[in-house]
Amino acid sequence: MKRSAKLAAALALLALPAAMAFAPVGPAAGADTAAAPAPAQAGQIVAMRRLTEAQYRNSIADIFGPDIRVSGRFEPIVRPVHEMIASGARRASISPTGLENFDAMARVIAAQVFDAQHRALFAPCAPADAKTADDRCAAQVLAPLGRYLFRRPLTLDEQAFYVRMAGAAAGKAGSFDKGLELALSAMLVSPNFLYVIERAEPDPANPGQLRLDNGTRATRLAMMLWNSAPNEALLKAAAEGRLTDQKQLEAAAAAMVSSPRFEQGLRAFFADMLLFEKFDELAKDPVVYPYFNQDVAQALPEQTLRTITDHLLTRNGDYRQLFTTSHTFMTRALGPVYQVPVHRAKGWEPYEFGPRDDRAGLIGQAGFLSLYSHSGRSSPTLRGRAIREVLMCQPVPNPPGNVNFTAVQDVHNKAMPTARIRLTAHNTDPVCAGCHKITDPVGLSLERFDGIGAWRASENDAPIDAGGMMDGVKFEGGAGLGKALSESPDTPICVASRALEYAVGKPPEDEALVERLVGDFAGSGYAIRALFLKVATMPETWRVTAPVLDNATHVSFAAPATMAGRTGR
Amino acid sequence: MAYDLSRRTALRGMLNGAGVVVGVPLLNAFLDGNGEALAATGAAVPVRFGTWFWGLGVNPNRWFPTKPGKDFDLPPELEPIRPFKDKINVFGNFNVPLDGAPNLPHTSGGVAVRTGIALTADRGLPGQSFDVTIGDQIGTRSRFRSLDVSAIGDARNSLSGRGGGNLNPSEGSAVALYQRIFGTGFQDPNSASFTPDPVTMARRSVLSGVAEQRQALQAAVGAEDRQKLDQYYTSVRQLENQLDVQLTRPEPLQACAVPHGAPAELTASGEIETVMKNHKLMTDLLVMALACDQTRVFNMMFNNGASTLTRIGSTITHHQLTHEEVLDNRLGYQPNATYFLTRIMEAWTSFVAALDAVKEGSRTLLDNTVVFAHSETEFAKFHTIDNMPMMTAGSGGGRIATGHYVDGIGTPVTRVGLTLQQALGVPVDRWGSKSMETSKPIAEIVAG
Repeated sequence: MKRSAKLAAALALLALPAAMAFAPVGPAAGADTAAAPAPAQAGQIVAMRRLTEAQYRNSIADIFGPDIRVSGRFEPIVRPVHEMIASGARRASISPTGLENFDAMARVIAAQVFDAQHRALFAPCAPADAKTADDRCAAQVLAPLGRYLFRRPLTLDEQAFYVRMAGAAAGKAGSFDKGLELALSAMLVSPNFLYVIERAEPDPANPGQLRLDNGTRATRLAMMLWNSAPNEALLKAAAEGRLTDQKQLEAAAAAMVSSPRFEQGLRAFFADMLLFEKFDELAKDPVVYPYFNQDVAQALPEQTLRTITDHLLTRNGDYRQLFTTSHTFMTRALGPVYQVPVHRAKGWEPYEFGPRDDRAGLIGQAGFLSLYSHSGRSSPTLRGRAIREVLMCQPVPNPPGNVNFTAVQDVHNKAMPTARIRLTAHNTDPVCAGCHKITDPVGLSLERFDGIGAWRASENDAPIDAGGMMDGVKFEGGAGLGKALSESPDTPICVASRALEYAVGKPPEDEALVERLVGDFAGSGYAIRALFLKVATMPETWRVTAPVLDNATHVSFAAPATMAGRTGR
Repeated sequence: MAYDLSRRTALRGMLNGAGVVVGVPLLNAFLDGNGEALAATGAAVPVRFGTWFWGLGVNPNRWFPTKPGKDFDLPPELEPIRPFKDKINVFGNFNVPLDGAPNLPHTSGGVAVRTGIALTADRGLPGQSFDVTIGDQIGTRSRFRSLDVSAIGDARNSLSGRGGGNLNPSEGSAVALYQRIFGTGFQDPNSASFTPDPVTMARRSVLSGVAEQRQALQAAVGAEDRQKLDQYYTSVRQLENQLDVQLTRPEPLQACAVPHGAPAELTASGEIETVMKNHKLMTDLLVMALACDQTRVFNMMFNNGASTLTRIGSTITHHQLTHEEVLDNRLGYQPNATYFLTRIMEAWTSFVAALDAVKEGSRTLLDNTVVFAHSETEFAKFHTIDNMPMMTAGSGGGRIATGHYVDGIGTPVTRVGLTLQQALGVPVDRWGSKSMETSKPIAEIVAG
């Protein structure tokens, strides 16, 4: 089996000395003081990024096989406003409820891994007695699994610890396998698995500065480009210290963006950039939109992602044409929404819109159009705002807290049948007009698509004027807007700075760096592989400013103040 | 009642001079004597605390009473609470001064009520919410430290957490809530037999293992990550505690009647009838979780701040209506937006009624609970946050006096949070930050 071969190779590797030099700190439980690490010490943690649901699921599937079921609810990572979930992950802690769910998932996974059907894949040895502990065999099973899960070799202390835990449990349960199961559960709830832990070491090229170490590089490449745990090749490259070498780093990253697995990574990136978590809450009024149902809701993000990966990867297309392309994919559920025949009863088929459909790339898709609408009607303001904020990275201010909305008119008012007329009336108030001027002329060009993105020529029997304007340029309809977006310098800048943010876990602060990146992006003909390759190999993204080290004068197991109640038991 | 005089005197002392600090352990000493014991076992009835949130405020002129004190009036939108008027307090004229921080619509108000802090950027909670603080005080001996639910079905619909931008996620499905409380790991307190579950024992040892490895990480992290690690290990402790409770034989509880099975699955949506149904299912489960002592703290979110409630056939959400519906000149309010408020007050009253229907000794579950209900705006049309609508229901085992309309005369909203924390035994004498900092609890509702 492929997996057991992979594990055997991993085992062989264990014999090598651990190349990563983070200081193993002995579990001196109860110690009241611990020396604060000296600045720029190797192994210093510079970021802890919580695994997203997709990263967790992909890691489990890659390490244990896609037939291992992951069932449970994931604590959502809060998205900071105008930022990515990748940035939120850097701040996300794990609440008691979140941990309870991770704990439940861990037990379900561990039980499957060591069940009769799977155990042979992961256990290269047999215990002396299946009913009792066998430390040697337990180490052979747990060390490679731990290495995949923690994305680095286990320290000797860690390995001894999990072997001990497996042994104690095997004794109690009268089963060697039960012991392994328990130790694996413990790894799966460990912060070493649930967080991507980024570590730094002194940068020889920049004395006094830090750079991310080899192990961290392997993980970042894997998470950024494949949205999963690093594979054997990456772990090996890290162990051999090859990822701090610019040439070898470039070779590794180039192979990764050319791999079919890059599609999984690109999907995750766009799901984050395009705020796909909003699809979880997408609901439409069934009386107003009888064609909208759960099947449609599930097909919408998939249609968008298929369009993106087809255009950017299969066709190797220019990113800017993502706003003009007429190519997409259809599935049965979407037929009624787009009013097009879908031949296949199941699955997806390619589809090309005609010029009169006025559907231009992503912004002409029902996914975008329905997400930025109300539950019972379209919204030029929400659409315009999303185009500004999500596709062009131009934050639009919130309505001020004290706005008087009385000028806004009734939607059923016969004198104001269309959104354009209602919004114009609303904008007689100069306080409102300031922001609506940024959003509405953009969004009004999409008014020929209703609240679920279906075509319409009129609203309340009045014909729709789909004239639009952005940054002084006038245009007509979705096609006009798509062309304007594809010609705007802000769309490639936006995706480039998002790619940087996605890799590093915080919005870029260095404008010159973004400019250089955009220059290279342009030079590649706006090819997405080139962009991600560049982000992954720019030395700047691997440098870190050292965080202020906590004055760790008090390291103990004493509960924080919030736990005071516990002693009262 | 014997302590009435001394308690009031003590609190007046707090109100009048910052120098007089009444330590809450002292209050506790008073209060423990007031607790009733269950006839069956002699164990004290636990006190519970919870919140009940609704989004988009009220029509101030149709909701707030005009007469402060015990004989307060019930304007039309408050009329539904009439059957429980004696067990409810209503708070008006408590303000949310932001010290120049922006009023982030539908966010700043609710966060200020819960944390006493003015948000400066829209990124989750800036500090610990006081329901969590109270949970650390009263919730450590039950299986769950807190149960957090969202009737509108959104996990992100939450105002509870330990700060640092994080939120405790809400459970949005009644079926999942049932599984969590009464599924695997539930010990019926009234069951004749008790055997500690070997699976629970195994889980317990996994967690102690995780805790033991803390130091290796702790030694290498910076301040920001250390905070995150601390929160993670606090969660580990809570889960350990939860498992310890499951490994201990529970006290029999007269009021505990275990539901016979999971409710039927509802597809979550903002449609008001669905939300009402989900709220009812979740309320019944929550009430039994309290009666069976599975938790002593809860957060019920009825809808979200910028409420996505809808009505079948309407093109527009509750939130949209509050802004866009014209004020009906004849009525003086927005009839379609107000429809939702009426349903919300109906749901709130049904929540209070469900707690009051469970008998615990000579009292009811409501009497042994304090529920703090609040919104995130006063009048949603203009996003106003001063005069925040708030209520409490239940007396928390005699800790809170009820049946009052309290006029805050423009003092900060944090006084309510401070009063409730103190009443529930949190040792705190001032709470809130900047202009919201207060050391003045609300004397009228502190029971003697």
